[in-house]
Amino acid sequence: MTRFGWFNATALTLGFAFLYIPIVILIIYSFNESRLVTVWAGWSTKWYGEVLRDEAYLSAAWISLKVGVLSSTLATILGTMAAISLVRGGRFRGRTLFSGMIYAPLVMPEVITGLSLLLLFISLDVERGIGTVVLAHTTFAMCYVSVVVSSRLVSFDQSLEEAALDLGASPFEAFRLVTLPIIAPAVIAGWLLAFTLSLDDLVIASFTSGPGATTLPMKIFSAVRLGVSPEINALSTLWIAAVTVGVITASLISKRNATRREQEAAHAN
Amino acid sequence: MRRLIVIGFPYLWLALFFLVPFLTVLRLALSDADIAIPPYTPRWDEPGWAGLREVIAGWDFENFVWLTGDDLYYRAYLSSLRIALVSTVLTLLVAYPIAWSMAKARPAWRPTLLMLVILPFWTSFLIRVYAWIGILSNEGLLNQTLMAMGLISEPLLILNTDRAVYIGIVYTYLPFAVLPIYANLERMDPSLLEAACDLGCSRIAAFWRVVIPLSRPGIIAAAFLVFIPVVGEFIIPSILGGSDTLMIGRVLWDEFFANRDWPVASAVAIILLFLLIIPIVLFQRQAQRQREAEG
Repeated sequence: MTRFGWFNATALTLGFAFLYIPIVILIIYSFNESRLVTVWAGWSTKWYGEVLRDEAYLSAAWISLKVGVLSSTLATILGTMAAISLVRGGRFRGRTLFSGMIYAPLVMPEVITGLSLLLLFISLDVERGIGTVVLAHTTFAMCYVSVVVSSRLVSFDQSLEEAALDLGASPFEAFRLVTLPIIAPAVIAGWLLAFTLSLDDLVIASFTSGPGATTLPMKIFSAVRLGVSPEINALSTLWIAAVTVGVITASLISKRNATRREQEAAHAN
Repeated sequence: MRRLIVIGFPYLWLALFFLVPFLTVLRLALSDADIAIPPYTPRWDEPGWAGLREVIAGWDFENFVWLTGDDLYYRAYLSSLRIALVSTVLTLLVAYPIAWSMAKARPAWRPTLLMLVILPFWTSFLIRVYAWIGILSNEGLLNQTLMAMGLISEPLLILNTDRAVYIGIVYTYLPFAVLPIYANLERMDPSLLEAACDLGCSRIAAFWRVVIPLSRPGIIAAAFLVFIPVVGEFIIPSILGGSDTLMIGRVLWDEFFANRDWPVASAVAIILLFLLIIPIVLFQRQAQRQREAEG
């Protein structure tokens, strides 16, 4: 009963086939010679050339990168502070509201978040552009960062911090020298998550951006509405390749660090 | 002092960019539409009590009344809830066997399997929805394959119908459902199942009476994580759905960007929020309990 049986093998095979076949088909068809996306006419890389020469896609990609780096960095700082407040802050007034404001954006439909932020920017008379998209992305991404970081904070031993304080470290030194190195993997994971969410977001960006701040998903969406196009297939393949390389690298690094930590622990004993 | 900064800074940020915007939406929902930029006549302008009294005196719920007058909105809410409910059940049915099998796989394989589930989540949502257009369309790969196999003589109409929307939702939200169920099943003590078997339970009975009840927190978390965002989903119905696929996220978008009726769009958002407030609060309680159980 507890062994891995044929049912489990079938479930995993079908499940992963379902998850990956559409992506594999997309990648294969990005190399299709024909503009007609359902007819195969031989291998070609010409659509990659088309996309990489297209000014509109390049500038949209550049804007998305800028927004992603800025908002994920801000979100990491704010989200880490929020996590520390929730896990280490003890009881303070408005704590329930605070934790509510952290968890609500995680499930809030994007159309509501986008609409409400746009109305805020208009009533404050803020000119919409890259800056407003950065603010919007920071706000929802910081909640994800805070969840990731607080799960790490919950699991580590608070007495380490107390020991540092007893040995004469200032609270800031204790944070920098003890807490931060321990939660660093979660902080980095939070940054990556925030960056990915920002890069991927269509709905909130559409509401909060202004003229001259078209992000890559907005550009892709306007093309996709007209149906399948080989340029979008090529662009998607590039995106998927970048993400795959990034995720595999990140997981290899974290695996190596984990092994090193285990070895150090073994030596220490 | 330092504590005040650490707590205060993110607190103020969320209050300004999360809480205040909701009040703005509420205010706008109670305003009149106007042909101007921005296209509405605001209420709630004067500060202080006099202003507040004036606001309450001037409140009209005509945008909400307008919503009840046109049955488009009513049908859109119902159909969003129906689509979200059906697709949540479908997603759980697909996710559970995967999560269960991952939890039973050899411990050495689990990190790789986990990464395979998470990897699609890191790639663009938009791209993963888009990938289905080429598969589901009339001349798409699915129809080509089925016709080549002689299973059907006419192409199946899937793209631009609700069926395509269900497929898109199950596909994109699958990782959200697999992860919490897997996290729950992985922690389960296998000796409980052995005990059930030793005590004469059949395999299927043991599964129903031991495994499913023990993984209930994971199932509930997964259901919320799929249901709540799907109710307001915009991208999937607008890319895969047909013109008759009514979902409220799409109605709100069109009301806002195409009809430029901002007060009505805000009223639509407020009602959507009221519909979701119960599931959102339940979800938060669940998350809180889970954290306390782990911490």
